[in-house]
Amino acid sequence: MNNQWEIIGGEGLLFFGKMSASISHEIKNVLAIINENNGLIEDYTVMAEKGAPFDPGKFRSLAEKVALQIRRADGIIKNMNTFAHSIDEPAKSIDLSDFLGFAQALFARFAVMKGIALEPKPSESNLMITTSPFFLLNLIWFCLDLSMDAAGPEKTVGLSARKTDTGAQIGFTGLKDLGKVLTGEFPGEKEKPMLELLKAEIKIEEEIGEIMLNLPRDIGL
Amino acid sequence: MTEKVLLIDDEQDFLDALSERMRARDMEVTTSTSAVDALKMAKKESYDAIVLDLMMPEMDGLEALQEIKKNNPELQVILLTGHATVEKGIEAMKLGATDFLEKPTDLKTLTEKIKNAHTKKMILVEKQAEEKIKKILAVKGW
Repeated sequence: MNNQWEIIGGEGLLFFGKMSASISHEIKNVLAIINENNGLIEDYTVMAEKGAPFDPGKFRSLAEKVALQIRRADGIIKNMNTFAHSIDEPAKSIDLSDFLGFAQALFARFAVMKGIALEPKPSESNLMITTSPFFLLNLIWFCLDLSMDAAGPEKTVGLSARKTDTGAQIGFTGLKDLGKVLTGEFPGEKEKPMLELLKAEIKIEEEIGEIMLNLPRDIGL
Repeated sequence: MTEKVLLIDDEQDFLDALSERMRARDMEVTTSTSAVDALKMAKKESYDAIVLDLMMPEMDGLEALQEIKKNNPELQVILLTGHATVEKGIEAMKLGATDFLEKPTDLKTLTEKIKNAHTKKMILVEKQAEEKIKKILAVKGW
């Protein structure tokens, strides 16, 4: 049991670090755009002071660009805040469809870097389950990381949530190269303790190119 | 002296604003949002410096740096990154990067680095030309 918690804690910390680094990188990109647009405002001002004709349209366009980046940064920070608070409680009631949307936004940058499109499929609404949000995110990440490598030439991973008799299921679909990438054991040593903690199960359907993550209605913590 | 610069970053808004500011400072700037396309451009055209984002879709900056250096060793590459770690910086310098800067960057600093890169490239090109002349002289015996 101690070893199991060591694996979960260690993997959880690695996951937290990976996400924090990605989020801070994204914020830096936004700051870089704001910084350059601010530089342009300074350049235009100096030019106007030297007698160049003042063009209000240019300033308006820059203000719009900066406002867009501020909205982008606000969205990133909101996701970061939700992610940071996902560890607050050992178990919490969540709507799985909404949660999957949040996970998709959180992992979007990784998908872009791999040239993969994450495609939300119609999911059932009001899919309430009680689980550990942080470790569920970590487990979704493990499945998604493999799914993105298995996406095949279409480079698209479908994501959906549906009700089951015992709880709910997350589907990762469109994995045309699943057979090719499944060379090692999956779920492996890092996923198994997390599956146990979440009382979850991973099913792999190579023929239809799908990974299914089955979750109980309540993990009972 | 006008520096000819290729800017590579997957953020179009960043490229638009930075390139406009650089052009206002008499630099000749070409941009690309794709590292793969930029590699093709670097093969066709000669640049005094390439400013390259470290994290790009399709191909990351270090991979692109290796490719650029393989095809054109005298090309000067300045890496820009949203998250500079000492390890990445050392790796980039080992792979032949001229410099390593963190975003958001100060244009004055970037301009200085581009000018230094331009000078470094000119010295390298001159050295290569000198060596060629020496070889010709040795063969022809003049």
